[in-house]
Amino acid sequence: MTENKNDKKIGVFVCHCGINIASTVDVDKLVEEFSKYSDVSHTENYKYMCSDPGQKLISAAIKKHKLNGLVIACCSPTLHENTFRRLSENSGLNAYLCEIANIREQCSWVHEDKTEGTKKAIKIVKTIVEKVRKNESLTPVEVPVTKKALVIGAGIAGMQAALDIADAGKKVILVEKSPSIGGHMAQLSETFPTLDCSQCILTPKMVDVAQNPNITLYTYSEIEDLEGCVGNFKVKIRKKARYIDEELCTGCGICVNKCPSKKALDEFNVELTTRPAIYVPFPQAVPNIPVIDKENCLFFQKDACRICEKVCGPKAIRFDQEDEFIEEEVGAIVVATGYDLLPITEMREYGYGKYKDVINGLQFERLLSASGPTEGEVRRPSDSKIPKDVVFIQCSGSRNPEYYKSYCSKICCMYASKHAMLYKHRVPDGHSYIFYIDIRSGGKGYEEFVQRAQEEENVVYLRGRPAKVYQEGDKMVVWGVDTLSGQQITIKADLVVLAQAIIPRNGVEELIKKLKIQTDEHGFLSEAHPKLRPVETNTSGIFLAGCAQAPRDIPETVAQASGSAAKALTLLSIDKIHHLPIVATVDEDLCSGCEICIGTCPYSAREIDEEKKIAIVNEVLCEGCGSCVSACPSSASQQKNFTDGQFEEMIKAILE
Amino acid sequence: MQKEISTKKIFSKLLEKFETISGENTFNCYQCGCCSAACPVASEMDLLPSQVMRYIQIGLTDEVLNGNTMWICATCYACQARCPRGIDIATVMETLRQIKLRKNEDWTVLGKIDVDELNKLPPIALISNLRKMTG
Ligand SMILES: Cc1cc2nc3c(=O)[nH]c(=O)nc-3n(C[C@H](O)[C@H](O)[C@H](O)COP(=O)(O)OP(=O)(O)OC[C@H]3O[C@@H](n4cnc5c(N)ncnc54)[C@H](O)[C@@H]3O)c2cc1C
Ligand code: SF4
Ligand code: SF4
Repeated sequence: MTENKNDKKIGVFVCHCGINIASTVDVDKLVEEFSKYSDVSHTENYKYMCSDPGQKLISAAIKKHKLNGLVIACCSPTLHENTFRRLSENSGLNAYLCEIANIREQCSWVHEDKTEGTKKAIKIVKTIVEKVRKNESLTPVEVPVTKKALVIGAGIAGMQAALDIADAGKKVILVEKSPSIGGHMAQLSETFPTLDCSQCILTPKMVDVAQNPNITLYTYSEIEDLEGCVGNFKVKIRKKARYIDEELCTGCGICVNKCPSKKALDEFNVELTTRPAIYVPFPQAVPNIPVIDKENCLFFQKDACRICEKVCGPKAIRFDQEDEFIEEEVGAIVVATGYDLLPITEMREYGYGKYKDVINGLQFERLLSASGPTEGEVRRPSDSKIPKDVVFIQCSGSRNPEYYKSYCSKICCMYASKHAMLYKHRVPDGHSYIFYIDIRSGGKGYEEFVQRAQEEENVVYLRGRPAKVYQEGDKMVVWGVDTLSGQQITIKADLVVLAQAIIPRNGVEELIKKLKIQTDEHGFLSEAHPKLRPVETNTSGIFLAGCAQAPRDIPETVAQASGSAAKALTLLSIDKIHHLPIVATVDEDLCSGCEICIGTCPYSAREIDEEKKIAIVNEVLCEGCGSCVSACPSSASQQKNFTDGQFEEMIKAILE
Repeated sequence: MQKEISTKKIFSKLLEKFETISGENTFNCYQCGCCSAACPVASEMDLLPSQVMRYIQIGLTDEVLNGNTMWICATCYACQARCPRGIDIATVMETLRQIKLRKNEDWTVLGKIDVDELNKLPPIALISNLRKMTG
């Protein structure tokens, strides 16, 4: 019910925010101005309204003057709206009768002239006074929470988040796009700064994920669609056809051995080798079930072969299998879609990927790895010779706003050190050189690790970004510089390893559109606040973890994943969440039942009441986005406390 | 020799002039050295292109203007084509030449230069002379 303007008793409280506001806005003038309003019963200013004494003075004024509307002129509502609404509620005034007039971020911080600043502050406060005059008391909408989480991406980030949530006793749906879980960590050889074998520390976690009764794993699957909101999301998962009956397959691998089509580039070995059309990405894959790659399968391409079908003992091959769709309901979502490397084919100065012996860091990991194509012997791709001079180039594609990526990829300084060191362990009479611009080794034991490479492992560090790499006979010539000595440098290398920029996982844009979350200019997922809400997205109930947000190493990824899991668990541990009551309403007398709002609502919160033939709003689903309000041709749709009437008065106040 | 530096020397009128003519922000350079690595004639220079940028950044402009780098520079653009920060280094070199030539110390009448001297002069010096005050 809208209260009559005449029985309004509004309190206007102006905060100095130290000098943040008071130096550009005349706070006394504001008090003077608003005390002239007949329905403003009380107004005062104070140094810090959010402080304890500040809050006490507001509370006392509410009681003393029996205020029924509050305007706090202070910082952005994203900071203290909650503080003052809670205070209001605790002092006996409905929280939604309290509004913030932002005179800091939108006024004092962006102006220098005090006279102009004060004028603008008065206008800002005036509009909010107008709004409060017509605000209604509202009660938050209660929504039950579905006590299950969805984790997207099963690299180390997604696995850790899923395990933490599952260990707390909550159900988790873990969706992984590729045929196995593990992500990039499964491809690494040994990990800095302790040089422990990556697979040895990763595979136990993979097994934990597979065996955890609270985790339902969908591999070779993707998110098809997402509806709903915090506490109650509905997700549709596409489980792509593996062309194998997963129940029957024993993982014996005979099909993989017998498949005659062996030309496909092996993704797990970063295209250093080929693999059969029917394959398991790596020996410890979870699940250990092959998948048929249609593009390379002789049956799908030429209607021939079918050898796998013949050799398969349990008769598990299903050429007619189709994609399956699964629907799940979850309360919270963790996005952990990881990274890719900037393709070498984009590196103009380093040969556009045309040289076989210019490779990326992950390829070098595979060459170092005992499970790699050379069983851990470093052999270069062109002629399988053991390279004796290896050049590592850091910042390849990173810190280069002109041609590639402007950001620092953060982990390359460390893994270049690691690579040079591991190479020396494998090839003791080999020489390794690292071109760097700055060494960023902030992390426990990281600086010591880099020092070890320089002092004990004879890795030659050269400060400068090479300008060009080209082939001369069987050598790769690197044109560089050492800016510290001021010398141009040429190195004739056998192998060049580029520390390519870390970029968001290929294809993740489509997922982001479905989740309706935001990214930064580079496509990494945006956090809700860079300092204070680093694992939340701006969409409530959706959290993020790992390299999907920004380049980072394993320890940081794991810590962040546990942080996201904790946030998701907080949400899943409450029975009901309160949803903002700023929802849409329908004026029954004005609604013509045209149904325009139904198609407009992005949250499926609108339906037609079949009896009355008018639109109704499902308050649980309504997010208060206002789309229906602007679409309604009859002005029957209004948003609570943001009505057309209120806006008209607010606009008039600005234009006065 | 110890060089005394000061912010006054760094943020000088000369720097302002340099930035106006070149259109570059000197402090955009982060000293990766890619320009120096690319330069085909750097071996003849007493300061590498990236060192020229560094000297300007710390106010040692006299050393730059008295050095030979800008006269050796052939304006081949190998540096400019690679600078990750988008600095037009070849333009920086031309800026330095212009600053030097516009000092009005003398002027050049091309016809009066004798052949021996002409053979010794770096071609870019002649080109810059012809460009003098045109840009
Ligand atoms: C050459 C190199 C060496 C490294 N060495 C080290 C080291 O020694 N020590 C260290 O600490 N760190 C190292 N790192 C960093 C390490 O790889 C990362 O920190 C870590 O792998 C990040 O894990 P993640 O789960 O965030 O991403 P990822 O490992 O990329 O996992 C993401 C997962 O999500 C899946 N996915 C992507 N999109 C979707 C989708 N739409 N739907 C479903 N699933 C999806 C992917 O298939 C993948 O399985 C190295 C990195 C590189 C490049
Ligand atoms: S049918 Fe396809 S997957 Fe099976 S063996 Fe033949 S090529 Fe390989
Ligand atoms: S290439 Fe550009 S950023 Fe690098 S040193 Fe040269 S001018 Fe500076």
